[in-house]
Amino acid sequence: MLSRAAWILMLRKGGRGRREMHSPEAPARGEGKMPPYANWYAQRSYPMPEEPFCTELSAEQQALKEKEKGSWTQLSHAEKVALYRLQYHQTFAEMNRRSNEWKTVMGCVFFFCGFTALLIWWQRVYVYPPKPITLTDEWKAQQLQRMLDMKVNPVHGLASHWDYEKKEWKK
Amino acid sequence: MASEVLAKPQMRGLLARRLRIHMVGAFLVSLGVAALYKFAVAEPRKRAYADFYKNYSPEKDFEEMKKAGIFRSIK
Repeated sequence: MLSRAAWILMLRKGGRGRREMHSPEAPARGEGKMPPYANWYAQRSYPMPEEPFCTELSAEQQALKEKEKGSWTQLSHAEKVALYRLQYHQTFAEMNRRSNEWKTVMGCVFFFCGFTALLIWWQRVYVYPPKPITLTDEWKAQQLQRMLDMKVNPVHGLASHWDYEKKEWKK
Repeated sequence: MASEVLAKPQMRGLLARRLRIHMVGAFLVSLGVAALYKFAVAEPRKRAYADFYKNYSPEKDFEEMKKAGIFRSIK
């Protein structure tokens, strides 16, 4: 109950609060398209959006757009910045900023790896059949002795590490 | 807008310079890797085999294996 109310509050705040003051559209149906599906959304791999960010302009903003049609050398620095902010949602520095999302991702990856480990442990205890006879210690010792008798890989491999005079592994 | 002017960056010949650097580098790297492999892997291996077979007697080897009892057709 309480968490549901908090969730709805967060959704509503997130939907409207993320938009700037100069909302480009006031759609009749609820929220309209959110980024990245909005027409003004740009990213490093798609830098030129279809629509300008602000399409509803106040009177002074329209006057500025009229001034933009003339020579740009007459625009002051603040006016150029204002025109940029009308046209684009964020600068490249803003859109390319880092985030801490990787920590969440790695945390969830490790968490689920650990959970999987628990499942596999349960499987090992309750599902696996008993080990075959060939994996017991005495069988493995006899197997190794036979391999040494056959002189398996005598140049670089197993038999090359066995000292046949002293009957032990070479140091 | 800036107070001092930046130096003009290199405008031409960028690909040519990159290709030159990487051609030389690739040549050297591949030669180096080949030489390293030859002297770290191939030569020791050849030497190990030569040493093994220098005093190798197949009859003696066979007698040892027969005595260990691994054959099924010969006791």
